[in-house]
Amino acid sequence: MTSIKVNGQAVDVDAPDDMPLLWVIRDLLGMTGTKYGCGIAQCGACTVHIDGRAVRSCVMPVSAVGDRNITTIEAVGKTDAGRRIQSAWLQEEVAQCGYCQSGQIMSAAALLAHVPNPTDSEIDAAMSGNICRCATYERIRRAIKETVTL
Amino acid sequence: MSKAASDISRRSLLKGALVLGFALPVASKLKAANLAPGAAPLSPTGKVLMPSGFISIGPEGVVFIIPNVEMGQGIYTAEAMLIAEELDIGLDQIKVVPAPPNPELYTTPLLHFQGTGGSTSIRSWWEPLRSAGATARMMLVTAAANRWQVDAGSCVAAGGRVSHRATGRSLAYIEIAAEAAALPPPTGVILKDPADFKLVGKSSKRVDMPGKVDGSAIFGLDVRVPGMKVASVIASPVFGGRLKSVDDSDALKIPGFIKVIKIDNAIAAVADNTWAAHRSAAALKIQWDDGDNINVSTASIREELVTASKDGTPIVALNQGGAIEGLSKGTKRVDATYELPFLAHATMEPINTIVHVQPDGCDIWCGTQVPATAVMLAAQITGLPQENVRMHNQLIGGGFGRRLEADSIAQATAFAKQVDYPLQVVWTREEDIRQDYFRPAYHDQVSAALGAGGLPIAMWHRTTGGSVLARFAPAAMGPDGLDSDVVEGSVEIPYDIPKRRVDWVRHDPPKGLPFSWWRGVGPAHNVFVIETFIDELAHKAGQDPIEYRAKMLTHNPRALAVLNLAAKESDWATPLPARHGRGVSLHQAFGSFCALVVEVAVWPEGTIKLIKATAAIDCGFTVNPDTMVAQIEGGTLFGLSAALFSGIEFEGGKTVQSNFHDYRILRIDEAPRMAVHHIQSAENPGGIGEVGTASAFPALGNALFAATGVRLRSTPFDHTKLVSQSSDKPVLGSLAPTAGISLALGAFAKMTGIASSGGTE
Repeated sequence: MTSIKVNGQAVDVDAPDDMPLLWVIRDLLGMTGTKYGCGIAQCGACTVHIDGRAVRSCVMPVSAVGDRNITTIEAVGKTDAGRRIQSAWLQEEVAQCGYCQSGQIMSAAALLAHVPNPTDSEIDAAMSGNICRCATYERIRRAIKETVTL
Repeated sequence: MSKAASDISRRSLLKGALVLGFALPVASKLKAANLAPGAAPLSPTGKVLMPSGFISIGPEGVVFIIPNVEMGQGIYTAEAMLIAEELDIGLDQIKVVPAPPNPELYTTPLLHFQGTGGSTSIRSWWEPLRSAGATARMMLVTAAANRWQVDAGSCVAAGGRVSHRATGRSLAYIEIAAEAAALPPPTGVILKDPADFKLVGKSSKRVDMPGKVDGSAIFGLDVRVPGMKVASVIASPVFGGRLKSVDDSDALKIPGFIKVIKIDNAIAAVADNTWAAHRSAAALKIQWDDGDNINVSTASIREELVTASKDGTPIVALNQGGAIEGLSKGTKRVDATYELPFLAHATMEPINTIVHVQPDGCDIWCGTQVPATAVMLAAQITGLPQENVRMHNQLIGGGFGRRLEADSIAQATAFAKQVDYPLQVVWTREEDIRQDYFRPAYHDQVSAALGAGGLPIAMWHRTTGGSVLARFAPAAMGPDGLDSDVVEGSVEIPYDIPKRRVDWVRHDPPKGLPFSWWRGVGPAHNVFVIETFIDELAHKAGQDPIEYRAKMLTHNPRALAVLNLAAKESDWATPLPARHGRGVSLHQAFGSFCALVVEVAVWPEGTIKLIKATAAIDCGFTVNPDTMVAQIEGGTLFGLSAALFSGIEFEGGKTVQSNFHDYRILRIDEAPRMAVHHIQSAENPGGIGEVGTASAFPALGNALFAATGVRLRSTPFDHTKLVSQSSDKPVLGSLAPTAGISLALGAFAKMTGIASSGGTE
């Protein structure tokens, strides 16, 4: 049994040490908002926060999390940055197929929590690890800028 | 697959213009087993108003049954708008559900099968869905008028209610639905004048957006069925290969591993969870009989195409008298050869299907563009009657044509019938890329003669490549064997060119190598060839590419209007510094007109920076303008991504690429700024989902030429050919100082598990 803290709650999971956090979240805890896209930290669909930092959960062994706080898309709206990012996403109608958008929102919320008014290059640096196959990049950029007014 | 697809297609085609059943009682046509989840129950007592397959109004509310699947294109919203407009109800008062598999009710008219693709949805359903809404409204109004014993003409419908103003009475649709259901369907339904539209033509918020923002949206891979196990697939790496044997001794050591199941050309490792399934599959020692394709490579396929283009027998798609003779009658002649690669779809949601085969029925959960085909295949594989196969279609995490194929559903069913529990059959990203149904490679040759004034007087375009249609819908092939998709975008072009010939030499990829539709279908290939070639002609004639095109558009005002608008909005006439360039493309595929200008800068070492993309679009009457803009934005970048990075290669009969590190997708730091300019039009709607993709390839290639003087005639564009010894460098000006497109991978954030955004630990 491994004990982890997910969205403010301590949970015990019966997972091998090397099981990536992604599969613990999706298959053992049944929270499916965090997505599998590539399994090698290339696409960012699996992004969650660990102590507020954006992390690719598909390559993060569950044993490496320790007692740090994990936040997923299901709870990011309870943070100020997450709430504002989600409002901006609705405002700008960002998503198309939507499959990558949990990861996009988690990366954007982590950025906004640390850089309240990001420049284009700060947005590029924070968001370039998240692929959107529908290529909603124009609106992602606009929505992140929009949060300044929310 | 081919048989099933052809059956469904042939049957639909034979029916010709399908009766959609607006005026017919539909309960008998809706199989209870496949009634859309969330739809009001069918009621033999007629308590639910269901005057068509698209609307159900009963005690549980107003439900729209959407004939097309939602895969990001916003169709749940746009088609709901069409129904809601005529029904006079707000989008916040209704619920949408996907249509169940039922070709009799939901065959997409332009496709002739129940499916979503080819940018046909709005073009197909623009009128039928409005008719459905109007029919239901008339029945509700009549029922209310009957109850009140007033003239129906004195009642009005609005906001989901029928009202009689004179007496101040009002009934919600759901209150009068049972009485409306007892009425005979009306004849002579009259649709609103578009000038009176309240909803259609103005941007509506997407109904699927909130769930995609808070993580609650359920895609196929997110479905959880009680008792479900997960099976990770490995198929024969060599196309057409067969399974010889599998040794699971190492997999047995992995916690959670249950067993291996086999089909003819693949294995699946079954386990308690996805991670255990993937690990177990990787631990299997599998022996394959590689079959006949062991020597197939990108080079061998390319060589075959070149040979076929010379020696093969062409099928003529267009032959205007004197086209070939005309080639030697001009003042100048241009000949060019273009080559396009195999492409993968790489949808963000990898291939997955849950199948539960039971003695008396079968349930399927996945996102598919072809739900009825899936049911037919599952019935064939399980031996169950079709009516006992229940399809639970889900939101699709990217289609782009991949989910027009039901191969993975057939495969999952073949695995699942070997177990008695629900089986979630999943492909890793690696399987998803390697075992794709690829967009096939093409080889194109074009020749033209220029007359006085530099305009073409004759032109000959020969395409050589495979036919997707011949397998997918053989009944749709022309009598002479012509595949209309292969020449879509090359037979019908925007320009007045007096004598043209278009022909096609069919040469399919090696047997066993799967190939299929890819976003943009025929035009994604042909618009690249034609629009690059037109650019070459303009250059040969020493004329500006936009002015040159405009001279050939005197009889095509819609094409000319988008071309002029794109020129204006892109500041086409403003000169650019050295190593910067703008390129244009123009096409009228999918019933829409689109001009695109792409602006680039190219460093002397060949690094490309996409600066700006400016689109001008006339897609006829636009149902949901903001979705149209989103589709042009995303579709254009989808095409630019492929033009820069994408080409699937084969070696030893296997796919070389496997994941996003070697099958690159455009990222936000590489994406240009994108602007979409829209021409309002009263014409019938055109398609929109694939328009930008077809535009992107030539506009980028033409921009690279403008910036460097180097003409690239194959994609992905080879940036090493853009290297210059000159000291000229592009000027970044006010642009964000990103490093440009780095064709070598390496940004830290992309390679590590930790994103670079913010904070310290």
